[in-house]
Amino acid sequence: MADGHFVEGDVLVVGGGGAGMFAAVAAARNGARVILIDKNVVGRGGATIMAQMTCASALGEAEPDTPQMHLDDTLAAGRGLCNERLASLLCEGSPRLIRELEGWKVNWARSEDGRINQVKAPGHSRKRCVYVDFLSTGAAISAALRNKTSRDPNIRRLSNVSITDLVVRDGGIAGAVGIDLPTSRPVSIQCAAVVLCTGGMTKMFQRTTASNNLAGEGVGLALRAGARIIDIEFLQFYPNGHLAPRMVGLDPTTWEPTRVKLGGRLLNSDGEEFLSRYGEEGGDSYDTARDILTYAIYKEVEAGRGSPHGGVYLSFQHIDGQKLKDALGPVVKVFERNNIDLTRQPVEIFPIAHYQMGGVEVDADMSSSVPGLYAAGELAGGANGANRLSGNALPEAMVFGDRAGQKAAQYATRHYAARWDDRAAQPHVDLIRDVANRNKAGTYPGQLLAEVKALMWRKVGAFRNGRDLAEARERLRSMRHNDMDDLSVASDASFNASLIEWFELRNGLLAAEAVSTAALRREESRGAHQRDDFPETDDRFFANQQLILKDGELVSSFRSVQS
Amino acid sequence: MISDQPEGRSAFKTARLRIWRGTGRDNGRYEEFDVAFEEGDSVLDGLVRLRTEKEPSLAVRFSCFNANVCKECTMLVDGNVEYACIAKLRADMIQLDPLPNLPVVRDLVTDTLSRKEQF
Repeated sequence: MADGHFVEGDVLVVGGGGAGMFAAVAAARNGARVILIDKNVVGRGGATIMAQMTCASALGEAEPDTPQMHLDDTLAAGRGLCNERLASLLCEGSPRLIRELEGWKVNWARSEDGRINQVKAPGHSRKRCVYVDFLSTGAAISAALRNKTSRDPNIRRLSNVSITDLVVRDGGIAGAVGIDLPTSRPVSIQCAAVVLCTGGMTKMFQRTTASNNLAGEGVGLALRAGARIIDIEFLQFYPNGHLAPRMVGLDPTTWEPTRVKLGGRLLNSDGEEFLSRYGEEGGDSYDTARDILTYAIYKEVEAGRGSPHGGVYLSFQHIDGQKLKDALGPVVKVFERNNIDLTRQPVEIFPIAHYQMGGVEVDADMSSSVPGLYAAGELAGGANGANRLSGNALPEAMVFGDRAGQKAAQYATRHYAARWDDRAAQPHVDLIRDVANRNKAGTYPGQLLAEVKALMWRKVGAFRNGRDLAEARERLRSMRHNDMDDLSVASDASFNASLIEWFELRNGLLAAEAVSTAALRREESRGAHQRDDFPETDDRFFANQQLILKDGELVSSFRSVQS
Repeated sequence: MISDQPEGRSAFKTARLRIWRGTGRDNGRYEEFDVAFEEGDSVLDGLVRLRTEKEPSLAVRFSCFNANVCKECTMLVDGNVEYACIAKLRADMIQLDPLPNLPVVRDLVTDTLSRKEQF
């Protein structure tokens, strides 16, 4: 393998989604020389670009609203476990950044009187969610931020670079090491601060809304750098995930905004609207929180009232065909290409892994427990508690990314890249060269990942029990300690994704093991964490769970909820 | 023959993918692979399945996976510029080439990045 690359800057931002791009802009604004890296393409990978509609912001354009009301809804959805300070930053910060994005050419949908449209998403007490037509909210935000980050001379964007390790020296961040995908060369990055914006870990589940990026690397990187992880057992399963018939060219999350906007009916195999069985008045409510909706769908299927592919039906057949066409706009063409005619057939839906509520534990500066290491966006834990409110992911990416970038830049001016030492980075660089040469025929990272995804889906999914969780944890631990060393990678020098996948899996396995460990320890049901063997919420667990990696093993502890 | 038929899915058919393999337009060859698919699957579904189960060295660029928002999976499908994530598999031969007019990195990946965004 050829020699490596060396790059130097003040702040390294890992992940080019919404949080990462906001962090890069804010860090540059605060005087830092920024390196913004994505393992795919900056501004095109990650989760932000896939967000179709709701972005919560107490603008008060549709009806009177305040950040405090938004906070009250966020805390209620979080089932007692939100870090109130972080949740409050999110709700207070959202309106300013929505306005700022408008200045960057994001065209929020407006009504005829010129006000920004705000719709009521599930779990909100007000019409609060802004959007860009048509189902393009995330794409519009990403385009604006791509533009913004490409014009800033203080931001160096590097695409197709995957970070494999953080370099820690004397307990603080010294830089990072990664791989340049087009050449397989190791990349060493000297910097004073790192902002991790790598998103969540839902790619580790068989059925997922995740892009190719969201493999839990941030959790793995942070744990191995010595940082604390919080509430990682809470993963949101998006209730209205597309199941059947086969549909491509449209995100599987498309049915929630469509259902709410048009009034789609959720039906079981007997043609009944079943939500009333689960405490939802009338059975046709669109305010049902995601965790309750997921629960109701699982229980219907379990009771033998599911659809052929093992989900429930979502039907729009009661809606006039023309009205349907008008409301769906260009999306109708996507349905047509997939031979789906909503006037004639229902679709099948089932909950699908969607969002990681917990993550790297951060303070109000978005700083982790490791000096110089920051986290933002989906990867930052705390603001969402046990269940995220619909529409809070985009403001979280924006507000926390903006704040992390600012704080990391300020930190970097105080601690100018003093910690770098080639010797501290060398073992990480050596590992890349070592793994690149493991080319004998055998099992490849993609095959082991497929096993992880099946295992997580079956045993660490929306409904859990102690026996399955313990089994999953043991298998994941064994993969991490044993199977990884026996994997092979392809021998190509250029665009060798299998080499990247080995390192992705190394960090992702740690994230998956963290979820199963934390889920096993939390012997109660709360929000998105549901245990069949402990079906009630238990005050003994009215607490946040922290995980650290000590001598190569995950160690869990509980502490009272921070406010 | 690649197949990973999950529970409850309809019967699989077989597509034959004829894929350009190599590090340049003059340095490579076509290779053919049979890929099992369910009616409605995309070309990207087939390529990802092929990579996972048999051919991890196959180079193909994608991120969002079938949502058609990242726009990274553009390639030539039977000679037409298409997104692999919305082009459908069919029980027939389908030829896949890297985009024209761009340097080939390897296989189906072309250099679409701006000069300053890479080493």
